[in-house]
Order: sequence, then structure tokens, then C-alpha cells
Amino acid sequence: MSVEHNCETCPVHAEMAQLGAAAGTYDRVVALAGNPNTGKSTLFNALTGLRQHTGNWPGKTVTRAEGGFQFSAVRYKLVDLPGTYSLLSASDDEEVARNFLLFGRPDCTVVVVDASALERNLYLVLQVLEITDRVVVAVNLMDEARRRGIAVDTRSLARDLGVPAIPIVARTGENMMALLGEVAAVASGQTVTQPLRSKGTPDFERAVSTLVPMIEAAAPGVPNARWIAIRLLDGDVPVEEALASGRLAELVVRQQAPDARFSKKIALQGAQ
Amino acid sequence: MSRPAAVTPADIVREAAALRRSLDAGFREEVVTSLYGEVERITRRAVQDAGSQPLELDQRIDRIVTSRWFGLPLMLGILAVIFWLTIVGANVPSQMLATAFFWFEDLAAGWFTQLGVPWWVTGFIWHGVYRGLAWVVSVMLPPMAIFFPLFTILEDLGYLPRVAFNLDYLFKRAGAHGKQALTMAMGFGCNAAGVIATRVIDSPRERLVAILTNNFVPCNGRFPTLIMLATIFVAAAFPPAVASLVAAGSVVGIVLVGVLFTLAASWALSKTVLRGEASAFTLELPPYRRPAMARILYTSLIDRTLFVLWRAMVTAAPAGAVIWLLANISPGGVSLATRAATFLEPLGWAMGLDGVILLAYVIAIPANEIVVPTMLMVYMSQGMMTELDSMDGLRRLLVDEHGWTMLTAVNLMLFSLLHNPCATTIITIYKETLSAKWTTIGALMPLALGFIVTLLTAAVARTFLGL
Repeated sequence: MSVEHNCETCPVHAEMAQLGAAAGTYDRVVALAGNPNTGKSTLFNALTGLRQHTGNWPGKTVTRAEGGFQFSAVRYKLVDLPGTYSLLSASDDEEVARNFLLFGRPDCTVVVVDASALERNLYLVLQVLEITDRVVVAVNLMDEARRRGIAVDTRSLARDLGVPAIPIVARTGENMMALLGEVAAVASGQTVTQPLRSKGTPDFERAVSTLVPMIEAAAPGVPNARWIAIRLLDGDVPVEEALASGRLAELVVRQQAPDARFSKKIALQGAQ
Repeated sequence: MSRPAAVTPADIVREAAALRRSLDAGFREEVVTSLYGEVERITRRAVQDAGSQPLELDQRIDRIVTSRWFGLPLMLGILAVIFWLTIVGANVPSQMLATAFFWFEDLAAGWFTQLGVPWWVTGFIWHGVYRGLAWVVSVMLPPMAIFFPLFTILEDLGYLPRVAFNLDYLFKRAGAHGKQALTMAMGFGCNAAGVIATRVIDSPRERLVAILTNNFVPCNGRFPTLIMLATIFVAAAFPPAVASLVAAGSVVGIVLVGVLFTLAASWALSKTVLRGEASAFTLELPPYRRPAMARILYTSLIDRTLFVLWRAMVTAAPAGAVIWLLANISPGGVSLATRAATFLEPLGWAMGLDGVILLAYVIAIPANEIVVPTMLMVYMSQGMMTELDSMDGLRRLLVDEHGWTMLTAVNLMLFSLLHNPCATTIITIYKETLSAKWTTIGALMPLALGFIVTLLTAAVARTFLGL
């Protein structure tokens, strides 16, 4: 539980405090999503002051880890999700990420992308935008991209995606305050995003709007009924099963329950 | 349309299926195509690529590191260097720690005696619990403090995915998933962590293969045993100049045997109870990154070294107490430890080991770290020697007093590789598979292999080499 004062570049840094794995109440929940090996865990550590193990290989985080930080007197719970290329297939780690985004109702989801491989990373961004509109894109590894002679225009990116996009270097803490500022604005609803969503054919949209009220009636309180409807039309078997067995409602409850003790343990064992 | 009064999930699924049929057959392709187009447009607008050659140096390094001919030898070379640095670097600090700890044991036991504390209290606390702890710390701390930072540097650099890449071909031939190489690498740290890491494998069949075979690579709790045996038996047969190289080489050899067993067992499982083909996957080779040294030291020393050490100490203290009790409760004039060891002796002899070693493995089920301390404490409670402050002393105790031979050392190294996982790993296997059947198989398969292999090597060595 240390307050860091070591960032000379940002005068507002004193506003920020790492809360570690401190139990207690949080005002808002922020999720970290992204492709494998884009530095989610590095960003997680930088914000929470925890030492979630990071390594330079894809698939390091296999379960969600939780920690906290405080920014402008608001306490945030930060959830580090396993890295995934998509939200559509159903390996264990992808399911952890997908279930949390769908049912954990984070107040803001930060999608971490690799500045050097933007195109490949954007598929996940668009899929996350289908699920939630409270999204901030963190364009990480800007230093590496600069070294390679790649320039990313985050304004253009933000305009096209309809959500804020901030260039950062998680390893050195570069631009962290700007990122947190956007996260705070989106989480509080101060910034209203207009996420890019692909519109299907009219027939498709009609099919979706038939299913949505049915889903809402069958599983009250389920967020993202539209997303579930699309997955059902796509013939997504795990989603069908979750709906049929009533697990959907259960998932909603479970994702909102605190997971800190479990993930702390995993973080320790995972640290081997 | 009007909202139905009571919708059941089955209704929704049926409705969705009906709607899907009514839709244009190509609607999914359309969605995907438009997604690709969108991503490409956004990227083109946002990214300015100044004709960058994608990290030419990285590619040149990768051409060597992952090359067909150099990849595997280079990997073994790196492994050998790490073990060599560990063995050479840990030797002196280990001895210093041992000397200091055992000097203090005598001193403290002396005080207790002077103060008139009953002998069994002194014995229980100082020659039982304390001695167990002292052994664990002096044998384990120095090697770990060297091995973990080195391993973490490789991990941070981005070398592990290259290892997976190099081994992918072999694992595929064994019917297993290429990412199993990654989970195997995690197993070197801790098998329980390796079992959890198998979550990166999508197919349940291949994941189970990876879980069941993870225990074939020696974890950090077993490395000190291997290093000690390599140092005092294998290396001692060579001139001092090359002794540490030979020791490192033999630890690499044992690791190779472990990898071979991993592949063989994966192959056997894939051909029998877990039949199936290896699935294809894409593995990203991330760019090499300069390791953040301060963080590496923190992670490897605090998170890894102290965590593992603490776990070892927590299990060593009660084990030390149990051993002391076993060695000092003597109904009919013969201690329980001697009785148990005598009972296990025939089996131990047939395996090229002895009863005490087997007893140590039974007591050490909670954690592999305490096998050697347990063994030594039982030996010391039986023999004349009570002080043990150097590798030489250790050698004298084992060879002169308890008749160890090269066969004992080699088979103990093999058995250390091939035996049941520690309790933590077994529990983790159960949590990950939720199956009593697979947990049992995961626990007993390596043990059965250990029995078979050591019985065979002992028989062969005795018949042909006259050991």
C-alpha cells in the first residue's frame, strides 16, 4: 500500500495511489483485456503496485487477478484478464475473459493493444465493443513501435472506434495519468462513447431484435442480450448450453462476487 | 412483435435455430468480411509505417535460436550454463550456511542442557525441528537464489516461446500440444504451477496429457537433491578442474531423461487412454525485450525464492519433528524409524536404494524439498556421526557409514525424477481436472514408472557391472 512519487514527468501523479490487493470496498470496477503478450500484467502491476508475475511469453496469465488503485479520490478495482485473440472460441482462459466482460459488468474496460501489431489487435477491440460501450483503448508498447519506425495516430484511432485511445508505455509508466483520466471519465459516464458496431443485414438485425426481448424475459438482469442473441444466431454451443441450463443467471451472480482470495493464491502459485 | 408470456430457454434456442435457417446462408461470412474490411481501413488511417524492417536483429537471432540444427543444442547449452553457474556459485555459500547453522545448533543445545532442560525437549527442538529447517535453508537457498534470477532473465527476454517452438515438432510427434513445452518449462519452477499453466491448452485431451506428464520434469524442490548428488557422487569421480562441469552435465542429463519420459508418456497416453491427434495452433514469437533487471531480482528473489523456501520450511519443521520422534521412540529397544526402514529395506535394495531412502520419500510426500534432510536425519540418528558441516562429511556419512554406491546415487536421481507428485501438485491436479480418476493416474503413473526403471537399472547394474 504505497503511494508512489517517483514519476517526475507527471505533476498530477500524487493523485494516484496504488492499493495493492487491499480488501475493502471499491467504487468502480475496471477490466484489463487484450491480446496475449501486450503488457496487460505490466500495466496491472504499474497501477496496483502488485507483483503479478509477468513474462515475455503469450498466455502467462491464465486466470483473472485483482487489485486496486485510487485515482482522484475514487477507488477502483482492477481485474487483469487472460490474454485472448478473440472472444468467440472457448478455451478456459478465453472463457474467463469473456464471462467477466459479459457478466461482470465492469464500469470500464481497458483494451490493451500492441502498437506494433495494431491490425491484428483490433479484432479483439471490435469484439469488445460489441459487448460494452464503456471502453478505453490503451495503445501500449509505443516505445517498441517508435524504435521500429511505426507511428500510431491515436486520434484517428479514437475517431474511428468511437472510444478514447491513449498511447502508453506501461513498462516506464509513460502517459499513465492520461490513461487514468480517460478511464475515470468513461467509468463515471462523464465521457459518453459511440462505439463502432457493425450493422448486419436488415434480416439479421430483425432476427436479433426478435431474440433480444425473449432473452431478457427468460434471464432477467442479463446484460448484453444483443450479444447473446448474435451468438445464438451464430450457433455458439457454449452460449446455448449456458442459457439452457440456467447457468447464464448464475454466471451473472458469480462474476460479480469477489474473486480476490482465489486469484491471489493463483498469483502466488503462478509466480513459480 | 409481442413479448411472449413465459419464455423458456429451450424456446429461445429453438427460435434462434429457426431464424438462423431463415437467414441468408452467407450471413456469417458477410459479418466476418465486413469486420476484416473495417479493421484494415482503421489500421490504414491510424498507422504510419516508415518502411520499417520488422526488427531485423530479432529475426537474425531467431534464425539461429530456432534453427533446425542449432536450436536444440543451443537450448541444452544454455541450460547447462545455468546449472553450472548454480552449482559453482552455490557451493561455498551452502557450506558456510551449513557450518553456521550447525554451530548454532550445538551451542543452543548446550545452553539447554546447562539450564537443565530435559534431554527430549532439547532433542525435539534443536536436533529435530531446528535441524530440519537448517538443512532446508542451507541446501536450498543458495542454488535457488542463483537459478531463479537466471531463469527469469530468459523468461523476460522472450526465450520461452522459442523453446516451445523448438520442441513443438517433438510434442506433435508424441500426439501432444506444442504449448505443452511452455507448461513443462513452468514445471521446472513448480509442478503445481505447471499444472495450472496447462490452461493455455485448448483441447481437453491434450491438456490432460500435459497435466499427467508435468511431473516428469524436476521442480525446484527436487533440483537441490539432483545437484547435491551430482556434486558429491558423479563429480567426485573426476578431477576437480572439470568436476563442476561434469556435475552440471549430469543434471542436464537427468533433465533430458525427464523430457524423454514426458514425450514417451505423452505418446503412450495419446495412443491408448487419451487417443487423438495433435491439434494445430499458432504460437507468437514475441520480440526480444531487454529484461528489467530490478524487477527480475525482485520477482525471482522475493516471489520465487522466498516463496518456495517458506513452503519448504513450513513442511520441514513438522517433518523434522516427526523424524525426531520416529528416531527416538524405541519400543523394545528399536526405534520406529529403524523398524520402518528395516521393513522397507528389501524393496529399497531391489531398487538400488535402501529402506531409509524410501522412508524419506514417504515422509516427504507433502513436499519434495525435504527428502534429503529427512534421509540424513534418519541416517544420523542411526549412526555415530552427529555433525555434518561439509560436502565431505556428507560423502563420508553416505558412503562409509551407509554403503552408498554410484548405483545408489544414480537410482536416487532417477527416482527423484520419477515418483509421485508432491501433495500440493496432487491437489492442484484434482482442482484442475475435478476427476478422482485422473488425479489417481497422475499420482501413480510416475511412481509406477519410477519403480520399474529403478528395479531394472539395479538389476542390470548388479548383473553386468557387479555393483
